[in-house]
This record gives sequence, C-alpha cells and structure tokens, in this order.
Amino acid sequence: MLDITANTPEFDPAYASQAAFRALMECMARPGEIRTLKGADAPAPFAPATAALIKSLADYETPLWLDAAFAVDKKVADWIRFHTSAPVVHDPADAAFALVADARAMPDFGRFAQGTSEYPDRSTTVIVQIDGFSGDAITLKGPGIKTTRAFSAAPLPADFAARMADNRALFPRGIDLVFVAGHDIAALPRSAMIEEH
Amino acid sequence: MSAPVYNFAYLDEQTKRMIRRAILKAIAIPGYQVPFASREMPMPYGWGTGGVQVTASILGPDDKLKVIDQGSDDTTNAVSIRKFFVKTAGVETTTKTNEATVIQTRHRIPEQALTEDQVLVYQVPIPEPLRFLEPRETETRRMHALSEYGLMHVKLYEDIARHGHIATTYAYPVEVGGRYVMDPSPIPKFDNPKLSDSAALQLFGAGREKRIYAIPPHTHVKSLDFEDHPFEPYRHDAQCELCGAMDSYLDEVITDDAGTRMFVCSDTDFCEDRRAAGHHGPQGGPVAAIEKEGAHG
Ligand SMILES: [Zn+2]
Repeated sequence: MLDITANTPEFDPAYASQAAFRALMECMARPGEIRTLKGADAPAPFAPATAALIKSLADYETPLWLDAAFAVDKKVADWIRFHTSAPVVHDPADAAFALVADARAMPDFGRFAQGTSEYPDRSTTVIVQIDGFSGDAITLKGPGIKTTRAFSAAPLPADFAARMADNRALFPRGIDLVFVAGHDIAALPRSAMIEEH
Repeated sequence: MSAPVYNFAYLDEQTKRMIRRAILKAIAIPGYQVPFASREMPMPYGWGTGGVQVTASILGPDDKLKVIDQGSDDTTNAVSIRKFFVKTAGVETTTKTNEATVIQTRHRIPEQALTEDQVLVYQVPIPEPLRFLEPRETETRRMHALSEYGLMHVKLYEDIARHGHIATTYAYPVEVGGRYVMDPSPIPKFDNPKLSDSAALQLFGAGREKRIYAIPPHTHVKSLDFEDHPFEPYRHDAQCELCGAMDSYLDEVITDDAGTRMFVCSDTDFCEDRRAAGHHGPQGGPVAAIEKEGAHG
C-alpha cells in the first residue's frame, strides 16, 4: 500500500541520504567546488556534514577506519555501529572510508587502500575534517575542471601538495579525498592534478 | 518512527548506497568500469535496467526527469521509464531538454549543449569495448590495467583495409581523459564529439553486465582514430524535412503505408523548438504523428 505521509521529506531518511550523496557526487565531479549539506547530529569530533555523509554511504559492507581523534571517544564507534552497522577496522588499508579529525596529522596516503591496477575502485575514500576552506590556495586542473580552479583548505600537512602529486602518479590507483568544514564539503578525487607554479 | 512503506525510487536504501558508492568511484576514475551488484528491476534487461538503477540512485524529490529513447520522449520504452519514476519517486518530468536536471537516454545525446546543472544517464547494453575482441573478463580487465589497447586499433584498421574507412557507426570506442578506452553505448558516432568537454556529468549504467562508469564534466574524450584516417562523425547528407536543420542527427522515417520515407531530426525536442522558433523544412508545418519506433530496424 502506498502511504505518502510516511514518505514526506521531513520523515523519510531516504531524502537526507539522497541529498548528502548528491552533493558529494557534484563535488567529486567538480574537484575543489564547495557544497553545503544539511548535516546530521553525531558525537564530537563529528562535523555535521561528516555525519550526514557516513549515514548516507556507510553500511555493513564498508569498513571504517578512525584516526586517533575520532577513536578516542567510545561514543563515536557506538554511533557508527547504531546508525550504519559498519565495522570499525584497525588497519587503514582495510577501510572503505577513513575519518580524519586531525588533518595536520593525517596518515601517509600509502597506508590506505589504493586499489589494484585491475580494480582501482577498491580503495579508501578519506574524509578529512578541516577548520575551513581558506588559506594558501593550490591550483587544480584535470577532469571536472574547465580550466583551473583555486582550492584552499586549512589546516593541512605541510607536504600536502607533494602527497597529492604522488597520489596522482599512481592513477588509476590512489585514494579519493573529501574535505569537511562544518556543513561544507569539497572533494579531491584521485584524478585531480595540482598545477606547479 | 515507522519504516517507509515503499522505497523512494523503487530501490531499497542498501542497494542505493552500494550504487552510489560505485558512482563516486566511477567519477574519480573516468572511463573505468566499476562492478556493482545489479538488482532485478520490474522490467526486462533490454529496457535499460542499468540506467534505471543509476537514475533511481541519484534522483531526489526536486529533480525534473527527461527520458529519451533514440532522441524521442514518446517511445514505449521512454514513456514506461518516465511513468516508473513518477510512480515510485513522484518526480516531475519534462520533455524539454533545457528544463531537465536528470536525463536518462538510450542511444542519443541531446543536440542542445547540456549545462553544469544536468546529469546525463546512459542505458548501456554492452559496457566492455574490448568484449568482441576478447571474451574473457579476466583478460579484458588485464588489458585495461595495462592500457593494452593495440587490438582495438587493429580492429579499426581492418575496417579501413576492408571498407576504405572505419565502418563502425554506433558505439564507436573512445579514450577518456587520456587513459581508459570506453564504450559510449550505442549512440551514433555523430554524437561522439558531444561526449568531450561537456558541462554536464555523464553516467553510464549496464544492468545485465553490472557495470557503472562515468565521464566527469569538462573531460577530454577522444574517438579512436588514425593520423591518415581521422575520426569523422557521420550524418545523412540532408536537412530535416520538418525544421530544416542541417546540423542535427537525422532519422529516416516511414510516413505512410506506401513506405514513403523522409529525414527528420532524431531529437524531437530540438526539432519542436526549432519549429516553434519559426524554422521550417521542405515539409513545412507540423506533420501528424510520425511513428519513430521500428524505423531503426
Ligand atoms: Zn528537425
């Protein structure tokens, strides 16, 4: 039986999932472009947009890895288990998604799953929480970018540009990055290139 | 909180999550075919179940959906898919290319240039461009991994040796972003140039073969060719009898029981827009009910 009242946007979590995914899809398709999500409530250090993306995309098929800042409070893993059933793993190389709250200390990209040359999709999507999309800009080019696009995020590791270049050199293998600042998100898929100045 | 009594856009949330994750990977690796666990849909495979699953996974309540089959919004296939999404997702539909936010297509790219606010979803019957050269999946996967595309060039060159030109006119293979060779689905090669540097995101879904792949916006897409035989998009050397267009892709249609034939735009919305703007071809005004289905043999 069709009961429309049970499926209005306010009551059906399917709508929130779709909206979060669609925003991330647009961000993946246009590296460096910023979109704003409605967000979801979750224990610290979850940003609202990170919580919304995890609710939208994670489930029992997607192992999650947590950095020390996420792992410190047991409430985080409890929230993940309750809302997604995703297993929390100790080795980042086993993770479909990795959550990083301490951006400056993000692990070396080589520690995550980078896919194989025959299945490059079997790689980790790393969600990195930052303070904001400001600071020194890097210049992006590649698929999804008409000419070039300026991208700023802070804080980042000092060698971030070099890490991105190494990641691009692995293409089609590599990791995909999603940046979150509060309700805002942007993505740097592995196809993104950083222009040398 | 009670569970929804039906699933928005038919698919259950678990399936949508899985397809959405595949779409994200497909965008990050342009032209690479991401495997996914295709679901049974309430329609036969030939009806574009891959495209339908992709559309169902991206569609939201604010979208406006257009569905075309060989350029037309009115074939049985296009009408059925449109009705399916009206019923299961309650979305608005349109036949106007410029009003749509999501366009699902079988065998054509609209003539009108798409915008960054649009997503084009292709129904794909056979996603593997190397399949007719190499039936083994393990082998084609290895060939893609090593960018070993020599066989594909040999096949195209054999065409030239036999016919004096490359005879492939549909599903003409392309190289995406300088890396993966991809099957653009059975669009006429006339449409191939529109694959490249489009402002819109392009997603491809193959239901039976369980593959999703993508071309991000503003990605260079090159039709395979040779220096001495450059790629040429084919078009009937004629004008549309209805709107006079000289630059649109034309279908040859039968207009009466006597088998009278004429050329008209394959993209019906494009043709209608042109006529509304005052353009007309040799047949002048609107011609009653041209039956496009079946005109393709
Ligand atoms: Zn016309």
